[in-house]
Amino acid sequence: MTDEPMLKVENLRTYFFTRGGTVKAVDGVNFEVKRGQVLALVGESGCGKSMTALSIIQLVDKPGKIVEGTVIFDGENLLERNRSQMTEIRGKRISMIFQEPRSSLNPVIRVGKQLDEVLKLHYEDMDKHERRQRVIQLLKDVGIPDPERRANNYPHEMSGGMAQRVMIAMGIACEPELLIADEPTTALDVTIQAQVLDLIRKLRDEMQMAVIFITHDMGVVAEMADDVAVMYAGTIVEHAAVGSLFEEPMHPYTQGLIASIPILGEFKDRLEVIPGTVPSLIDMPPGCRFASRCKARVEHNLEKCLHEEPELLEVREGHQVRCWLYEENA
Amino acid sequence: MSENLLTIQDLKVYFDVKGGLLKRTVAHVKAVDGVNLEIKKGEILGLVGESGCGKTTVGRAILRLLEPTSGAVYFNGNDILNLHRSQLKPLRHDMQIVFQDPFSSLDPRSRIGEIIAEGLRVHGVKDADERRQRVLETLKLVGMNETHMRRFPHEFSGGQRQRIGIARALVLNPSFIVLDEPVSALDVSIQSQVLNLLKDLQKALNLTMLFIAHDMSVVEHVCDRVAVMYLGKVVEISSREELFRNPQHPYTQALMSAIPIPNPKIKRERIILQGDVPSPLNPPKACRFHTRCREAIAMCSEVDPILEDLGNHHFCSCHLRQPTN
Repeated sequence: MTDEPMLKVENLRTYFFTRGGTVKAVDGVNFEVKRGQVLALVGESGCGKSMTALSIIQLVDKPGKIVEGTVIFDGENLLERNRSQMTEIRGKRISMIFQEPRSSLNPVIRVGKQLDEVLKLHYEDMDKHERRQRVIQLLKDVGIPDPERRANNYPHEMSGGMAQRVMIAMGIACEPELLIADEPTTALDVTIQAQVLDLIRKLRDEMQMAVIFITHDMGVVAEMADDVAVMYAGTIVEHAAVGSLFEEPMHPYTQGLIASIPILGEFKDRLEVIPGTVPSLIDMPPGCRFASRCKARVEHNLEKCLHEEPELLEVREGHQVRCWLYEENA
Repeated sequence: MSENLLTIQDLKVYFDVKGGLLKRTVAHVKAVDGVNLEIKKGEILGLVGESGCGKTTVGRAILRLLEPTSGAVYFNGNDILNLHRSQLKPLRHDMQIVFQDPFSSLDPRSRIGEIIAEGLRVHGVKDADERRQRVLETLKLVGMNETHMRRFPHEFSGGQRQRIGIARALVLNPSFIVLDEPVSALDVSIQSQVLNLLKDLQKALNLTMLFIAHDMSVVEHVCDRVAVMYLGKVVEISSREELFRNPQHPYTQALMSAIPIPNPKIKRERIILQGDVPSPLNPPKACRFHTRCREAIAMCSEVDPILEDLGNHHFCSCHLRQPTN
């Protein structure tokens, strides 16, 4: 077991060039994921978490463009690969599961056939019979009862949880080294979500995959992640091991986020709120992106936050935070 | 706070499934199958359950946004289901609804002021100045102001749009509001703003609300009493404290244990339910939960349990949970 990270993202910037201006969806993101490790990317809508994932596998559509950065996967920079090399890597070595299982599956092709296509593309030496067996085995692995019959279903004949399992089966069909799961359980009911989270954990343990798990749900983060990166307006504002993050969240945004979640069994008459909304990604104010909503800035009367953007600094071992409050600790 | 504002008796809503050459009715989807509920004046009743359990259908049926198959709904003493449409209209301003998706429930081509004033116009407030005044007051109530009136829905964020949806419901001064998943499309930091607003409004205006949601932790923070639905039936109902401290029905227990807790130190025993929710087209006989219940006994597939008081106004429909004494 080496300690070399499976994936290392450095200074990644993905901008969208629109008529209204440049949207800086991902604006200088750094992180790494090791083999067998789950990194959660957490944040609210529009913070750039999905766009970071799409940038890694280079599925950014126009008018979006990766303008800067490196994505080192197993020692090579993916951003220097050409199209056909990326196709080879996508699906086989890195695969991605999306939020809406039904819109990611082809509605007019039986699910067994869709799985078969993945295998056909990446394993040329497998014959038809072997592929069929592998398809059945995959469906069985993800917990679909009666896989022989289910392989002949169309996506609309399956429930949401079932369809998401098929997506996961497709994601792991080629035993990828890195799995990116983008809100894989958000569209599912909680009892089905519990089944799917269980499944992803089991597969991670068995196959020692590195996993990037994208979610907005802090509860899911607490359950799935080894490491957590909290994103806000296109940047990572805090990065720590899951225990450390929940025990002592340092960034005022993370603190607000954790405090504002209603927790089952801990009734509060009033919930904490983060005032205001996320600033527009087109004309980001100078200084800290969270400054306009930050209570700590007002309490500590920090003028600096409005003019200078803080850097993501390690203020304690393994705990990085982007905030002027911790300037001296770094 | 003991008087009932709304009483629902044996409410059933079946949808026809048409099939065959002549498009005859071949089956019924029993979306709601015998629901009894009482909502007291000034309380927020939570109605929780997973997709397809019939919670939204209950909310719509009691406002007669869709026609129930049978049953009775008494609102302030009036049997709503037997009223003619024309008799219903004077009652409508007293019962309002807020929808889940703040992006599709507001007309994109109307200004906010017009959207909120529409109900006033329909209900005969003819004076434009008075309408404007009422719209303004309502906007203030939900934490917005005059400058927002001339803007269009696309200029607002999700949380603000949901405030507009709430203002639209409040402008007619209703005594009862159905909230259908009002926060599930919102980000957590915004969600807590809207939840706090709802509680403030309940106190300030003595509003009665039916709060429909799938998220148990949200329900716990807003509601006074909570009813849990599974496949068209209420399986458990009790006060908030009692239900969350001492859930009784095996389904409620599984539902609660499935919610991820935002604290990595807490490792709970999780009840993982097997399989999916059965189709309401052909629900299991007797207890509808018996196909997924880990405690099920032979009786559960033979006799339908009834909703019984286990004491302390904690009702549960399960053969294995009987009143003590």
